[in-house]
Amino acid sequence: MPERSMRDAITEALDEELERDSSTYLIGEDVADAGGSFGLTRGLLDSYGPERVIDTPISEAAIVGSSAGAALTGSRPIAEIMYADFMGLAADQVMNQAGLFKYMFGGDASVPMTIRTVNGGAGFNAAAQHSKSLHGLFMHMAGVRVVLASTVYDAKGLLKSAIRCDDPVVFFEHMGLYNRKGEIPAESYTLPLGEAAVEREGDDVTVVATQQLLHDALNVAETLSGDISVEVINPRTLAPLDRETLAESAKKTGRVVVADESLIRNGPASYIAGRIEEDAFYHLEAPVSVVGVDDTPIPFSPPLADAVVPDAEAIENAITALPRL
Amino acid sequence: MPEAVEEYPELLAEQLKEMILIREFETQVSSLFEANELPGFVHLYIGQEAVGVGACSAIDDEDYITSTHRGHGHAIAKGLDPDRMMAELFGKETGYCGGKSGSMHIADVDKGMLGANGIVGAGPTLAVGAGLSIRQRQSDAVCLSFFGEGAMAEGSVHEAMNLAGVLDLPVVFICENNQYGEMTPAANQHHVDGFATRGETYGMPTEMVDGMVVQDVYEATAEAVERARSGDGPSLLVCETYRYHGHYEGDPTRYRTDEELEQWQARDPIESLETTLLDAGTVDEDNVEAMREGATDRIDEAVEFARESTFPAEETAFEGVYTEEL
Ligand SMILES: Cc1ncc(C[n+]2csc(CCOP(=O)(O)OP(=O)(O)O)c2C)c(N)n1
Repeated sequence: MPERSMRDAITEALDEELERDSSTYLIGEDVADAGGSFGLTRGLLDSYGPERVIDTPISEAAIVGSSAGAALTGSRPIAEIMYADFMGLAADQVMNQAGLFKYMFGGDASVPMTIRTVNGGAGFNAAAQHSKSLHGLFMHMAGVRVVLASTVYDAKGLLKSAIRCDDPVVFFEHMGLYNRKGEIPAESYTLPLGEAAVEREGDDVTVVATQQLLHDALNVAETLSGDISVEVINPRTLAPLDRETLAESAKKTGRVVVADESLIRNGPASYIAGRIEEDAFYHLEAPVSVVGVDDTPIPFSPPLADAVVPDAEAIENAITALPRL
Repeated sequence: MPEAVEEYPELLAEQLKEMILIREFETQVSSLFEANELPGFVHLYIGQEAVGVGACSAIDDEDYITSTHRGHGHAIAKGLDPDRMMAELFGKETGYCGGKSGSMHIADVDKGMLGANGIVGAGPTLAVGAGLSIRQRQSDAVCLSFFGEGAMAEGSVHEAMNLAGVLDLPVVFICENNQYGEMTPAANQHHVDGFATRGETYGMPTEMVDGMVVQDVYEATAEAVERARSGDGPSLLVCETYRYHGHYEGDPTRYRTDEELEQWQARDPIESLETTLLDAGTVDEDNVEAMREGATDRIDEAVEFARESTFPAEETAFEGVYTEEL
């Protein structure tokens, strides 16, 4: 299998879907001429032309709102919002428009649109307005699917499925993973939305981790192996959430850590922890432990950002702090 | 221009000095960034100094400004201390925001600087709020709101202009058209020529200003501030200017030509004011030399201060999220 960076995998997914389905188009700030601020749409303007790779003014509400309108009327837009933080300007278009149409219109309509956005800027010291992990915000919207790109393999397969999905999907890419390399099949493939992946098998503790923290968890599992056998699960999609795979693992190991870069309060990790406790209560030997960001914005200064954003050490500490009966 | 030299020569000399200081700050920031001494990313104001300095020299300490992600020049023009600004850029505890903000969010509310801002188009609505509180306190202060031409496409900017007009608030909207929003030329982002119509649409006095000429910016702002103070509501100034550097430091600027840059640099706001003042005899070569040396020394000092300051203690990351007492 060829090696690809996550950046390449995403570009390939976009390219393949633009090629496959003429109702798709890309839209966003600097996605055409400049090839995107992270270079992910580079070259696509040349292949598909300005009707299908569209530069916009700095107008997040219009990018996402127009996508909702286009999706409702026969197109399959793929919008890019430069940072998840800026989704705030477009959140209304998702929560009051795109996410509601199918239901409000009696089930007849569909809104096949994808919004790609970037989170996890803490390691880049981009400070509080460019570093938030907001997937929890969109998990809070019924009618909206939430997908996380955590591995190179996932990034390509999940993005293609997101684009083909008939519901609005918010697809989160982690800034720290763009240059990460991984093997992916040479031929085109998709991954189902709503299916978690067991990235590493283990018997003593389950770690459910997303994005950068998934890779930290895998490293920690390696370090601890021989002493503690850690199973690492990648949920891949948060809405829908694959409760079954999570519960199965929790029942096997009896101890669970959930790690995600969002705020803990009302965040994805807390939600997942709650579901696991509900589904596997009688098999658990300890309450599910949650690793995430405390009730704090992401600060700029490197030592402060490091203190706030969880890393491998936080996962290891959470694992070793779990009671072992 | 000639009238200005006769009417307010000292102010012009002050403005020259301040523009030189801002350019020196930015030039040193550029080198520090290249040398990997600064975390995060920075957006520089080099080329646009006449706008920040011209506008801010038309207001007083008790007045407010809102700024953008490109805010260092506005901050210095509003009187912020280069030491604390530089320390903030380094992420040090002595920085304006204790290392929490970095380049993009430097603020000093006590000094009327309501923050640089990482969210494009966020400043104008904040400025409307400042206008409301000014009125509630029956103060005669004003708020200048700086934003880029790219921000002109954000709904919040339109909502702000309309609301300020409806409520007759003491806000001066200052659009700095530096010709590009990130990598895209203004012409590809807006379906109007220039932006005068944007102000007219919202029923406010609007002026197109040469943003490379500090006197022009100063005079237009002074007039708009006068209107605002006397209860005649908001104005829009559209200042045509140019950023010499890329959108951010490290931007290869493939989207523009060297010739275009050179054309704008030929009208450099600092050099042209310097020539005017030298010709008029307001300053001599020695004065200008002293301004340059003074600026270099001042910013060297700021860098020294920033380098020698310590990083904030980890626990401060969790402080200041809420007020201490309920
Ligand atoms: C809401 C929002 N959208 C997008 C961005 C990314 N971004 C940062 S600066 C910028 C361009 C702003 O252009 P303009 O307003 O003209 O200001 P200039 O950079 O030219 O000073 C963009 C798109 C952002 N910071 N905030």
